[in-house]
Amino acid sequence: MLQIRIHGRGGQGVVTAAEMLSIAAFEQGRHAQAFPSFGSERTGAPVVSFCRIDDKPIRSREPISAPDVLIIQDANLLHQVDVFQGLVPNGHVLINSGRTVSELGLDEIAARMPPGHVITLPATEIAQKHLGRPLPNAVLLGGFAALTGMITLEAVVHGIHDKFKGQIAERNAAAATEAYDLLRAKETQ
Amino acid sequence: MTQDVKFYQTGTFTVGNRLLDPELRTVQSSIARDNSLTSGHRACQGCGEALGARYAVDAAMRASKGQLIAANATGCLEVFSTPYPETSWKLPWLHSLFGNAAAVGSGIAAALKVKAQKAGLDQSAVRVIAQGGDGGTTDIGFGCLSGMFERNDDVLYICYDNGGYMNTGVQRSSATPPAARTATTMPLGPNPGEEFGRGKNVPLIAVAHEIPYVATATVADLHDLEAKVEKAMSMHGARYIQIFVPCPLGWGAASCDTIKLARLAHESGVFPVFEAEAGAITRVSKIRRRVPVEDYLRLQRRYAHLFGANPRPDIVARLQALADKNIKRFGLLEEVA
Amino acid sequence: MISQMEGSQAVAQSVALCRPEVICAYPISPQTHIVEGLGALVKGGKLAPCEFLNVESEFAAMSVAIGSSATGARTYTATASQGLLFMVEAIYNASGLGLPIVMTVANRAIGAPINIWNDHSDSMSQRDCGWLQLFAESNQEAVDLHIQAFRLAEELSMPVMVCMDGFILTHAYEQLELPSQAQVDRFLPPYEPRQVLDPAEPVSIGAMVGPEAFMEVRYLAHAKQTMALELIPEIAAEFAAEFGRAAGGLTRGYRIEDAETIVVALGSVVGTLEETVDALRDAGEKIGILSIRSYRPFPLAAVRAALKGAKRVVVLEKSFSVGMGGVVSADVRMALSGIQLNGYTVVAGLGGRPITQASLRRMLADAVEDKLPPLSFLDLNRDVVDRQLEREARVRRSGPVAENLLRDVSGQTKKPEVSA
Repeated sequence: MLQIRIHGRGGQGVVTAAEMLSIAAFEQGRHAQAFPSFGSERTGAPVVSFCRIDDKPIRSREPISAPDVLIIQDANLLHQVDVFQGLVPNGHVLINSGRTVSELGLDEIAARMPPGHVITLPATEIAQKHLGRPLPNAVLLGGFAALTGMITLEAVVHGIHDKFKGQIAERNAAAATEAYDLLRAKETQ
Repeated sequence: MTQDVKFYQTGTFTVGNRLLDPELRTVQSSIARDNSLTSGHRACQGCGEALGARYAVDAAMRASKGQLIAANATGCLEVFSTPYPETSWKLPWLHSLFGNAAAVGSGIAAALKVKAQKAGLDQSAVRVIAQGGDGGTTDIGFGCLSGMFERNDDVLYICYDNGGYMNTGVQRSSATPPAARTATTMPLGPNPGEEFGRGKNVPLIAVAHEIPYVATATVADLHDLEAKVEKAMSMHGARYIQIFVPCPLGWGAASCDTIKLARLAHESGVFPVFEAEAGAITRVSKIRRRVPVEDYLRLQRRYAHLFGANPRPDIVARLQALADKNIKRFGLLEEVA
Repeated sequence: MISQMEGSQAVAQSVALCRPEVICAYPISPQTHIVEGLGALVKGGKLAPCEFLNVESEFAAMSVAIGSSATGARTYTATASQGLLFMVEAIYNASGLGLPIVMTVANRAIGAPINIWNDHSDSMSQRDCGWLQLFAESNQEAVDLHIQAFRLAEELSMPVMVCMDGFILTHAYEQLELPSQAQVDRFLPPYEPRQVLDPAEPVSIGAMVGPEAFMEVRYLAHAKQTMALELIPEIAAEFAAEFGRAAGGLTRGYRIEDAETIVVALGSVVGTLEETVDALRDAGEKIGILSIRSYRPFPLAAVRAALKGAKRVVVLEKSFSVGMGGVVSADVRMALSGIQLNGYTVVAGLGGRPITQASLRRMLADAVEDKLPPLSFLDLNRDVVDRQLEREARVRRSGPVAENLLRDVSGQTKKPEVSA
């Protein structure tokens, strides 16, 4: 089973991200479960959402305390919330930031993980470019697909089209694709 | 019509059905009336509510051609009409709770609407009334009443106003008039009875909801009451009629004085009788022969502490002032040329 | 069709497939997504004819439901927590009048302190109200139970609550199968009321009943619930035949055949328990789960049959009776009367406290060695409780309890542990 935890702020589409991810996994024939951290969601407040992906039906409903993948939608949370709590040793971390891992002061954490498992992605900028709004959630899912290879970009795009309609869906899909291509290019460098 | 008939006889004020063309006579005067609240119920002698309910429901039955369903709040009307296993109601009737008659009415209307749609009709031929006393309407049922109003649900709500919780033993409601004795506003202390400056005018609150129709009526004017019910039934959406119904038990009045008290309440200005449509008052029933409030008060033991050994003319004057205010506010007196 | 969707939306779709004629809605978390979904279906003309009423309170919601059900319309509403309590008078009225209303309860804690998260305090507070109460383990089961609930309610002329865990199920996206309209139509015939407000045949409903017949009226309600003990499995079997999957019924056992320890639970925690039990089975423990799916009527015989061979029973509850202990436990003990086995009540998950496999494993390890006290609270932070008790002993004006506790918790770094 793959367990993903997404940290962000109310209004950033944190819950929607987990839902889209679950739809993408479902699209690929996997079982998936997405759920929010059940707060009174207010704009700007720290929000957590969860997604489990497996090849068999998922029965457990506890919050994810030992994630395989962390998606951080707002890098400022690194200093406010213990986002790394419970992260498994070989896990992946994807942070929305235009800065490098070193610039964020995460060298120590990155050193404990396999190379390339802690990376940053300027998701807000990409979102701004495609959507004209700083909504990084779909972009980060494109990055997630590239980083982990656990779901395809096509499935992510499908998940986006399930949650959004029309132009919004198209633009989010384009943004996610750009993120995917960007990270893939980095990997092959 | 062969002659211009006034609906009274000099000296007695008795409604003169005999002088009218048959089609203008009251529903109650007809042998063909529905008797929706039929005889044999357990109301007190001289019960104004029983009278008001019979008048109103029979008029609504005629207006709907017998296609009528009633929701009823808990209270005297419910208790005296349906002692298990008997019922006085000859129409489909549902009693749920004290505070929800308006909402139950909304539910009935919603169900009828869907049934009509399924039968390919625009609207149901079956109409809905909801009814209750003043406690069930102005106090505990007020939230549901206001909700039914603002949604403009197709329900005629009839409130039988006797100014208190009579079924539970005459306690104060938000419709209890100032200075009146009830079991919870005893005639003690410097301000005996119900305090001045409290209470709620639900007919005017109903007007403020801008519902299609609001009216007040008394059991003293049968023609007026029936006409208002009929008018209400000719309309759709939320409608409200508050009927002034004296309670011999709660008021400490003679059973034979029920009609007289209702008439005095109107003629003194204590209970303004009016109609309103879509938020505006459209008609008032003028006072034909004005009487002092004291004439109305003296017939009721709930005001006995204002007279007797330690009279309170100051309080009587305040009550008169309230009636005067009503007369002015609603324009209840004929304009003097 | 199999799809990945939110539990609330799935329930809305499922209810719509049942062709309700009147729906009343009042917002309260975590139930809101369900009525929002239904509202959109009605407004968009996909569910027609149907009247969708936005009412002014939960009390009005149930009152509207009473009026429409008594007029012969298939009627649905949903609520949770404070909303359920706000409609209590009408809840009892609906069952007393025998009106087959179906209502979803998105289970949530009751305040004060105000808390929007999941536990079972709300519906458990209404266990004696005369409604049937069915509990869903998953969103698939929630979908399926609503279809069964209308059938059950209308056959008995009694109202049914479908209880599903707030947020944990209502807000969870997972894979599920929505049946087709044709399947639901085959399973659920149009509503034929036993009593109806009809000018062609006037009846008085809701008359006053005195001592001469009140007991009989109440007994009849009990008799109907007793009949439901047979009807619920029948309907579940018919459902399985039509829809090709099992759902509902009175109880469901998981690995209980040779179990020495059986955990009794309701709702979505059963899934987490299954994972835990599998791990314990792998470690050699003879342990299983009994999921109670019909809480009212309570299946005394089925529970007794399932538990009588065990050595110990752990009732894991998301509710409790203050000053006494377990709510479900009392019923389970009634089912076991005369049978000597070790019984434990574990109160867990109150106000949304996560029930983790780690904590369950720890607790069950104690249970199988009979080291558990008769009543315990999973992951109770005893330090914080003691600090407040000490504070109250020390100073008269000790202040608001919740605020004190929150201050203590935020000052703490220590992980909570199981405590009696």
